[in-house]
Amino acid sequence: MWSRVYTWLDERLDLRGLYKNTLDRPEPRGSWWNTLGSATLFLFIVQVLTGIFLATYYTPSPDHAYDSITYIMNDVSFGWLIRGIHHWGATLMVLLVFVHMVRVFVTASFKYPRELTWLVGFGLLLLTFAAGFTGYLLPWTQRSYWATTVGTQIAGTVPFIGPFILKVLRGGTELSALTLQRFFSAHIWMLPALITGLIVIHVYLIVKQGESYWPRRED
Amino acid sequence: MRLFGAFLGDPEEADVADVSRRDFIKVTTTIVGGIVAAGLGVPAIIYQLDPAFKAGASEGWVPVGKVADMKIGTPYPFYFTRVQVNGWERTSTGHGGFALLQSADPNDILVLNSRCTHLACTVNWDPEAQEYICPCHDAVFSKDGAVVSGPPPRPLDRYSEFRVTDGELEIFFKES
Repeated sequence: MWSRVYTWLDERLDLRGLYKNTLDRPEPRGSWWNTLGSATLFLFIVQVLTGIFLATYYTPSPDHAYDSITYIMNDVSFGWLIRGIHHWGATLMVLLVFVHMVRVFVTASFKYPRELTWLVGFGLLLLTFAAGFTGYLLPWTQRSYWATTVGTQIAGTVPFIGPFILKVLRGGTELSALTLQRFFSAHIWMLPALITGLIVIHVYLIVKQGESYWPRRED
Repeated sequence: MRLFGAFLGDPEEADVADVSRRDFIKVTTTIVGGIVAAGLGVPAIIYQLDPAFKAGASEGWVPVGKVADMKIGTPYPFYFTRVQVNGWERTSTGHGGFALLQSADPNDILVLNSRCTHLACTVNWDPEAQEYICPCHDAVFSKDGAVVSGPPPRPLDRYSEFRVTDGELEIFFKES
């Protein structure tokens, strides 16, 4: 029964080919350093899932943001666990993305024909930072409030268009309910959507081109 | 299936050397991944359903007045507020009713809810007409809460759980 269902699906979707090309593709030389990208992807999925769960209780308004976080941490069953994973997962993701980039740099994997993978990866690095920065404000604590004040102020020092950037980021000249709301929408909608899109391109290129050989003495 | 054969001691496939490194990794990953997924998935579901497991917080006994202050046959009006906690929000709501002492027995009390059964306005006792009158749609209830005239679908609700402690009438408040 199930094998017939599988065969029917496989004929139409080429599941076997999909499996072979993604999970069963040949590696030039097995190394744990080559698993950092997959580890980052795994963390991203974990962040999306725990983020969806947090959105069940979190309220992005100055009146309720902090109280809703406190409620998640103290009153909701396993709220501490879900938020804890999201909190530490975010930190770990920034770390892993960075170590992954260093690995690609050291093994010279960014060279022809993989320049685009590198560039898309750089976009993913920036977007990860942006997700971390926007998420930091959401608990609406003193620390997150002032970190965002300082962070947006730094963006405001750009010559000529600085004040414009500052207003775009804050939704006005001051940190307000608008800032919290736009950081929230960026954090849960725009950035994850962009990250997902770039991940698809990134992974497609990796699957298509295969992994690079590690440089040899002659290279 | 070779792998399971080896684990389960199937005589035909019992050669442990048959377990390839690849199969071992596959099975180990599946088992460990399954445990981790269940360990996180079950708490996540409980987290999501959490409010449904919480008991109503504003239930409890509420003192509404001294029996000594009540006159037999005259409705005694009372008011009280309850604080309802929804998540991190506290909402206090007002409630009221009439305690009607029916005889010298302090336990022979009829406790009515003053909320009109039509559209939840608060009814008032009219001592001349000896009736409860709702200001919203002219509903009229008799002294014991039965509908006399007007739109209400049923008699006034009663606080059926009450007790008298040290001369003080207490009703049991439930979230409706």
